[in-house]
Amino acid sequence: MSETVKVPTMAEYLAEGKKPEVLFWVGCAGSFDDRAKKITKAFVKLLHNANVDFAVLGTEESCTGDPAKRAGNEFLFQMQAVTNIEVLNAYEIKKVVTACPHCFNTLKNEYPVLGGDYDVMHHTQFLKSLLDEGRLKVEGGKFKGKRITFHDPCYLGRANNVYEAPRDLLRKLEVELVEMKRCKRNGLCCGAGGAQMFKEPEPGDKDVNVERTEDALEVKPDIIAAGCPFCNTMMTDGVKSKEKEKSVEVLDVAELIANAQDL
Amino acid sequence: MLQYIPNILFILILGVGIGYFTKNIRKVIRNIRLGKDVERSNNKKERFKNMLMIALGQSKMVRRPISGILHVVVYIGFIIINIEVLEIIIDGILGTHRIFAFLGGFYDFLIASFEVLALLVLVGVIIFWTRRNIIKLKRFWNPEMKGWPKNDGNLILYFEMILMTLFLVMNAADLQLQELGADHYSKAGAYPISQIISPLFNGMSELSLIILERTSWWLHIIGIIIFLNYLYFSKHLHILLAFPNTYYGDLNPKGELDNLEAVTNEVKLMMDPSADPFAAPVDDDQTEGEPEKFGASDVTDLNWVQLLNAYTCTECGRCTSECPANQTGKKLSPRKIMMDTRDRLKEVGDIIDKNGSFVPDGKELLNDYITPEELWACTSCNACVETCPVSISPLSIIIDMRRYLVMEQSAAPSDLNNMMSNIENNGAPWPFNQMDRLNWSDE
Repeated sequence: MSETVKVPTMAEYLAEGKKPEVLFWVGCAGSFDDRAKKITKAFVKLLHNANVDFAVLGTEESCTGDPAKRAGNEFLFQMQAVTNIEVLNAYEIKKVVTACPHCFNTLKNEYPVLGGDYDVMHHTQFLKSLLDEGRLKVEGGKFKGKRITFHDPCYLGRANNVYEAPRDLLRKLEVELVEMKRCKRNGLCCGAGGAQMFKEPEPGDKDVNVERTEDALEVKPDIIAAGCPFCNTMMTDGVKSKEKEKSVEVLDVAELIANAQDL
Repeated sequence: MLQYIPNILFILILGVGIGYFTKNIRKVIRNIRLGKDVERSNNKKERFKNMLMIALGQSKMVRRPISGILHVVVYIGFIIINIEVLEIIIDGILGTHRIFAFLGGFYDFLIASFEVLALLVLVGVIIFWTRRNIIKLKRFWNPEMKGWPKNDGNLILYFEMILMTLFLVMNAADLQLQELGADHYSKAGAYPISQIISPLFNGMSELSLIILERTSWWLHIIGIIIFLNYLYFSKHLHILLAFPNTYYGDLNPKGELDNLEAVTNEVKLMMDPSADPFAAPVDDDQTEGEPEKFGASDVTDLNWVQLLNAYTCTECGRCTSECPANQTGKKLSPRKIMMDTRDRLKEVGDIIDKNGSFVPDGKELLNDYITPEELWACTSCNACVETCPVSISPLSIIIDMRRYLVMEQSAAPSDLNNMMSNIENNGAPWPFNQMDRLNWSDE
């Protein structure tokens, strides 16, 4: 994916004496993980497409501290949080959008008590609002009629009760949206949360992502839609372990919308 | 004088029963208060609504329709039949018989509803027993259910079966006596269910019927008093504690973990360039003595809501059956986290009872009850919290114990230590340079 996308930084905005409408919090996965970078790019294209005035922190962004907090390292979490909040407050950030439900949850719920109070949105919520405002067009395009199932990220769904925004977007793509047996508040975890992404699982008889992929494959989808870079990795690995990668794709909601329009 | 012996005996049994129960409930309250303080007095309206909806209204029970509806039936039966217990208690104290009989038609209606409910409860409880023992639903056969927890579950069901049967037999004998025109057994009440049993006692003498009726009456009320006192020793305390537990439940989004203020103070000090590193601590509530312990290794490190959670858990196992780690064969069972917490809390309470105050017994919640392997298997997905019918959060205990492991013992799995040192050094959980964060834009 060797295409350059224009991404303004907060530092550039400040130099020009401007303030963006929204800060795009890219997150560590979105910045460094090869698979997640594609999601980041797709989302940026959508932002440009909808003429959203946005900026990123770039090299001034740092891990929100979510995996540290969930691993029990409250010190490290708070160090990260306080540092990030200093940067965010210095830029007088009001509104933040992120494509990672873990960043979303932490910024939205765990930063306010430490002095960082922002209007935080998950990218599916933000895209939905752009759609509602008529700024973004979501059309079926090449996914029209495809069978798609949405895997609820725990930190978007149960953790924050956001179930409909990603589904509303998918419906707009004129796809056949099919629900897994366990969905929404009963959705099964992909296995990555609570810092599990960064460690080997405890001994057991199965990997969580395989269990969840089986849920998804049961409804015979063409595409498994995700809304989280970690879920995306887990589900992609799960599909591979079931040797279905030729027939089933795992794509982020933002990618689906961007690809549908060949952005 | 002799005629008052039953009244005196009754009052004595009732007094001892209620007295012993009160004593034990005080112990439960004292034990819960061993927990740390946590703010749960805000938003009284929402809390009250939660209690009405979740505890009284059973809104989360019925998410699983079969067990949910059966539970509602048994629950309604339990509550309404208690009106009859009120009559029994008054009769017992005053030596009257069916003192509410003067209500006439309404009394008939009451007794008839009690009977129908008693039958429904009996059927419900038999189905519950079948699900546990014949169908053997997986969640009732997890490793933590071996021994006492399994027997406890069945004992409760036997109690209810016996109480309902005694109630119906008592009424059936009463009906026979009413028809015989026996002294004191004036015609009162309607008996839609016991009239079916009643013919079994046809041809019995009046005396035998009186003995049967009195025996059922006494066993029924004594059974209820025993059951009341059994609660303390059982998972069945949820019939009382579900109410405060849903009231004091966490109102924040499930994704929000609490903030450790002790850490905040230290972090602020570390980050404040004007702070004098050699200044004496000017701490608020944390005066001299030991610095505060981070996280939890024993029950007294947990907050009182977590301890209330532990006493409230009725071991239904919905949490464990929804847990992704448990479903894939890991050792973690959220129900076991709650049971271990309760068992350890009871143990700590017993030590206090014996010695007047807590004396270290060389045991802790961590390791002696809950192993790090269980704690590290959690994905923090909140499935257990979402599904609990009485607003228990096993996750909050897991996180507090992880905090102890990491911040007090530096005992995280090595993969996590790598992740954390990456965050510390370069602001990402992977070893990438923070200066490369925007490279994706022109790759």
